[in-house]
Amino acid sequence: MAISNGVDKKLNTLTAHELLDKLKSGGISSEDIFSALEKRIKEADPKVNAYVRNQVQLPLADNRKNITGGVPIAIKDNICTEGYNTECCSKILEGFIPPYDATVIKKIKGSGHAFLKLKTNMDEFAFGSSTENSSFGLTHNPWNLDYVPGGSSGGSAAAVASDEAIWALGSDTGGSIRQPASFCGVVGLKPTYGRVSRYGLIAFASSLDQIGPITKDVRDCALLMNIIAGYDPNDSTSVNTQVPDYTKSLNSGIKGLKIGIPKEYFVEGLDPEVNSAVKEAINILKKLGADFKEVSLNHTQYAVPVYYIIATAEASSNLARFDGVQYGFRSKAANLIDMYKKTRGEAFGEEAKRRIILGTFVLSHGYYDAYYLRALKVRTLIKQDFDKAFQDLDCIITPTSPSPAFKIGERVDDPLKMYLSDIYTISANLAGIPGMSLPCGFTKKGLPIGMQILAKHFDEERIFSLSFAYEQNTEWHKMKPDFKP
Amino acid sequence: MPNEIINYEAVIGLEVHLHLNTKTKAFCGCSTEFGKEPNSQTCPVCLGLPGSLPVFNRTVLDYAIKVALALNCKIQEYTKFDRKNYFYPDLPKNYQISQYDLPLSKGGLLNIDTGEGLKRIGITRVHMEEDAGKLIHEDNVTLVDFNRTGIPLLEIVSEPDINSPEEAYQYLSTLKSVIEYLDISDCDMEKGSLRCDANISLRPKGEKNLGVKTELKNMNSFKGVKDALAYEIKRQTGLLESGGGITQETRLWDDKESKTFPMRTKEGAKDYRYFPEPDLPPFIISAEKIKEIKDSIPELPYEKYGRFMKEYGLSEYDAKILVASKEDAFFAEECFNAYSGKDKKMLVNWFIGPLLSEANSRSLKISGLNISSAGLLELLGFVERNEISNLSAKVVLTEMLDSQKSAAGIIKEKNLIQISDTESLKEIMVQVIDENPKSVSDYKAGKENALMFLVGQLMRKSGGKANPKIAKELLKERLNA
Repeated sequence: MAISNGVDKKLNTLTAHELLDKLKSGGISSEDIFSALEKRIKEADPKVNAYVRNQVQLPLADNRKNITGGVPIAIKDNICTEGYNTECCSKILEGFIPPYDATVIKKIKGSGHAFLKLKTNMDEFAFGSSTENSSFGLTHNPWNLDYVPGGSSGGSAAAVASDEAIWALGSDTGGSIRQPASFCGVVGLKPTYGRVSRYGLIAFASSLDQIGPITKDVRDCALLMNIIAGYDPNDSTSVNTQVPDYTKSLNSGIKGLKIGIPKEYFVEGLDPEVNSAVKEAINILKKLGADFKEVSLNHTQYAVPVYYIIATAEASSNLARFDGVQYGFRSKAANLIDMYKKTRGEAFGEEAKRRIILGTFVLSHGYYDAYYLRALKVRTLIKQDFDKAFQDLDCIITPTSPSPAFKIGERVDDPLKMYLSDIYTISANLAGIPGMSLPCGFTKKGLPIGMQILAKHFDEERIFSLSFAYEQNTEWHKMKPDFKP
Repeated sequence: MPNEIINYEAVIGLEVHLHLNTKTKAFCGCSTEFGKEPNSQTCPVCLGLPGSLPVFNRTVLDYAIKVALALNCKIQEYTKFDRKNYFYPDLPKNYQISQYDLPLSKGGLLNIDTGEGLKRIGITRVHMEEDAGKLIHEDNVTLVDFNRTGIPLLEIVSEPDINSPEEAYQYLSTLKSVIEYLDISDCDMEKGSLRCDANISLRPKGEKNLGVKTELKNMNSFKGVKDALAYEIKRQTGLLESGGGITQETRLWDDKESKTFPMRTKEGAKDYRYFPEPDLPPFIISAEKIKEIKDSIPELPYEKYGRFMKEYGLSEYDAKILVASKEDAFFAEECFNAYSGKDKKMLVNWFIGPLLSEANSRSLKISGLNISSAGLLELLGFVERNEISNLSAKVVLTEMLDSQKSAAGIIKEKNLIQISDTESLKEIMVQVIDENPKSVSDYKAGKENALMFLVGQLMRKSGGKANPKIAKELLKERLNA
C-alpha cells in the first residue's frame, strides 16, 4: 500500500543509508520519513515505551517543523537539547529544559540531519542495565515484550529495533550502549574515551561516559560516527586528533587481521547459547581470513568491583548538583537542609540513592585509600592488560553480555546479579578503548545475541572493517522482530 | 588567683583567598567584572547546569605561578584539580573545583618587618580554585548571585609562624604589596577580592605543643584581622587563666561589636570527600614555562627597597614608605630621575611629608594625586631658588591638586614670591619687636626659643611671604646689637 505521494509507507523500516540514497535520488522527503516514524511510534510505542513523554508530544507540529532535512536521529534523555526537556528519566530533573545544545546535537544540526524531539527512555541517570529504573516506566524488548531491552540506553535500542527510530544516540558508561544493542539485536558502538564530546551529556561517571551510535547496521554506525566524532574545546577530555571517514574502513577487508579471544571471558556463568553463537561467529571470521589466538586479560575479574567504586564515586559528586535550588524538582520544606533532604529523598529513585550512598562511602575519610585509591590502581592494571594485548593484536572478540535479555522484574531485587550483566562491557570503559556490539545470532526462544569487538584507543576503523565483513556474510542484522502492535 | 603568672604565646596561621584579575572566569568565558547586575555574568558552566563541563583558563595558571614564585614557593611539575564536595546554595555544583594533594606549589616564604628586624614567615602552599557565588539575605528570602561563581582564586596558606596581631597585619600588608607589584589582583578586601581567615591558638611561652585553635572568619579589613586576633588572644587568655578550656570552633568577627562569636552551625568533622576532578586532565608544568614566568616578574618591593636606599641614598624608613605601593614607588623614581637640583633629601621629604599627607587626606595613593613629576619639580624649583617659602609651597601644592593650575600660575596669582629684600623685612621686623616686648626680653635673657617665636610672628605678619632665613638673620642681628 502506498501513501498519497506514492512513497512506500514503511520508510521507517529502512536504514539511514538506504534512506539517504532515496533522499538523494529525490524519491522521498525527510517529512515522509518523519510521517512513517510518527505512524510507527503511534502504533508501537504504547507497547514498547521506547520514548518518554510521547503521549504529550505526539503528534508534534513543532517536531515536524524540526525535520528540515536528512534522516532524523533519536536522542537519549540524558543529552541536552536546547529548549526541549532533558530529564535523565528522573523526577529530580522534572521540567528541566536546557538553555543549550550538547555538542553532538550541534554537530547533528550542522550535518543537515535533524533529531527527533522525542527523547528515548533510559534507566534514571543511566543507572541500570534493564531500563526498568526510569521515572517514565520501563521499556519492553521488541523481540519479546516480557523481556527487558537492556540498559541504560534501552529506549534507544528498542526504538531502533522496533523501527520506531532509524538510528539513535545512546551513552555508555559500563556497557549502556553495547548491552542493550545486544539484547535488541542492533549495532551499538562505544567510541574511544575522548573521541566524542561529552559536553551536554548529563554526567554519570565523567571518566567513563561516552556518547555513541545505536543503529540497524554497521554502515549506519559509521555514518553516525562521522557526524558526532571529533575534538571539542568545550570538553577538556576530548582528544584533538584527526577523525577519519569511518565509511572508508568498511571495505578494508579482514584478511590477516589478528584477533584475540580472552580466556577470562569464556568461563562459567556464560550462557551456552551465547557461547556457541559467538564461537560460530569466530568460525565465520576465520573463514574470511582473520587470525585468532587466545589471550589473557589477567585482571578481568576485578573489573566489576573497580567499576562500581569509580563510577559510583564520580556519580555521587556529579549528582550533588540536583538539590532543588536552581532547576528541576523542589520539595516544600521549612529550611534549607530539610529542602535538600526532602527534594533528594523524594525525587531520586532507589538505584540512584543506592549509588549515591555507595559513592559517598568510598570517598569518605578513612575509606578513600582502601576503596577509591585502590580501585584507581587496579584500573591502571586493567588498562595495561589491554595495552599489552594490543601490542600484537588488532581486535579482541568477546560476548557482549553473559546472557541474552532477561525477563522484566527478574533482577530488580538483586542488584548484584544486575551489575554482572555488564561484566564483559565494563573493562572497555575502564581502559577507555572502543567497543562495538553487533548481532551474531538468536536463542531458541528468539532473543538476539550480540558479540563485542574491542580495539585499541582511537582504532574504531578496525572495528568497522571487522564488523562490516562479518555483517556482509551474515543475515542477523536483517532480522526484524515479528512484534505486531 | 593563680600564684604563678603564665605568659602565653599566640600561634597564628593565615589563609588568604585572592581573586585573580583575569578577564574571564577560571573555567568558562564569562566576564569577571565586579558590580554587574546579579546573575548577568553567567553561563551553563559557571551555573553548574547539567551536562556542562569546565575548561581551564590558562591565564589563571600563569598568574598563579607568578604569585607562587614571588613567594619563593617550589612549583610542582605535576599538578591537578580536585573536587571538594559540600552542599551550599552558593555552590551550584555542590562541589568546588580546588586542589588537594598535589597543589600548584609548596614551601615558600615571605619576610616581614616586625620593627625589630625581618622575620621569615613560611608559606605552606599556594593553590588554585574557583570562587562560590554570593548569598544576599533579605527579609524572608535568601537570593543567590552567581556572578562571582567561578572567578579564579588563589589560596595562600601561611605556616603558623605568626605570633602577634601586629605581625599578622604586617604579613598581610607585605603580601598585598607583593601582589600589587605583580598586577594580578585588585587586592580589595571591601570588594571581596582579598579575604583572610585566621587560625589562632595559645600556648605557654616555651611550650612546643600547640594549644587548641579557633578559626576566625568574617574580617573585612587588615585592621579587622588584627583586632579579631587581639580580641581572641584576650578571650583565650581569660579562659585559660580561669582554668577553662578552649573549644575548637569557627568564630565570626563582628566588626561593630568588636567581638568574635561562635558560628551557629553544627560542626562535625568536615569530610569534603576530595577526589581528582575527572573533567580536567592533570597537567605538567614545564621548566621553560616556569622560567618564562620568572623572567616576567618585575622588581618586587623588598628588592626595590634595597635599591632605593643604595641608589638614591634613602633612609630605611623613607624607602619602606615609598615602596609600599608599586605606583608610588614608580612615581617617586620618575621624580628622582627627572630631578636635577642639589637637595635630593628635600625631594624625598616632600614625598614622605606634604605629598603623603595630601594623599592620605584625599584617601588616595600619592600616585593617584593630580600632579605630574614635571609639575612637582616645577613647584620644588621655586622653593630651591628661595622664591617661595616651604610653607607657601604647601599651600601651592594643595591649590595645584584642587585646581589643576600650574605652580607658577598659582604663585603669581596669590603673590607668594618671598620677600627677600631686607628693607621691606626690616619694616615688618620693627613692628614685631614693638608688639612682643616679652619675647624680646626673654631672648635677651638667653632663651633661644624666643627668637623662633619672633621669626614666626614675622612670617605671619608677612602673610607667609617673608624669607625665613633672612628674617632670622635680621632679627638676630638687631637683638644682639
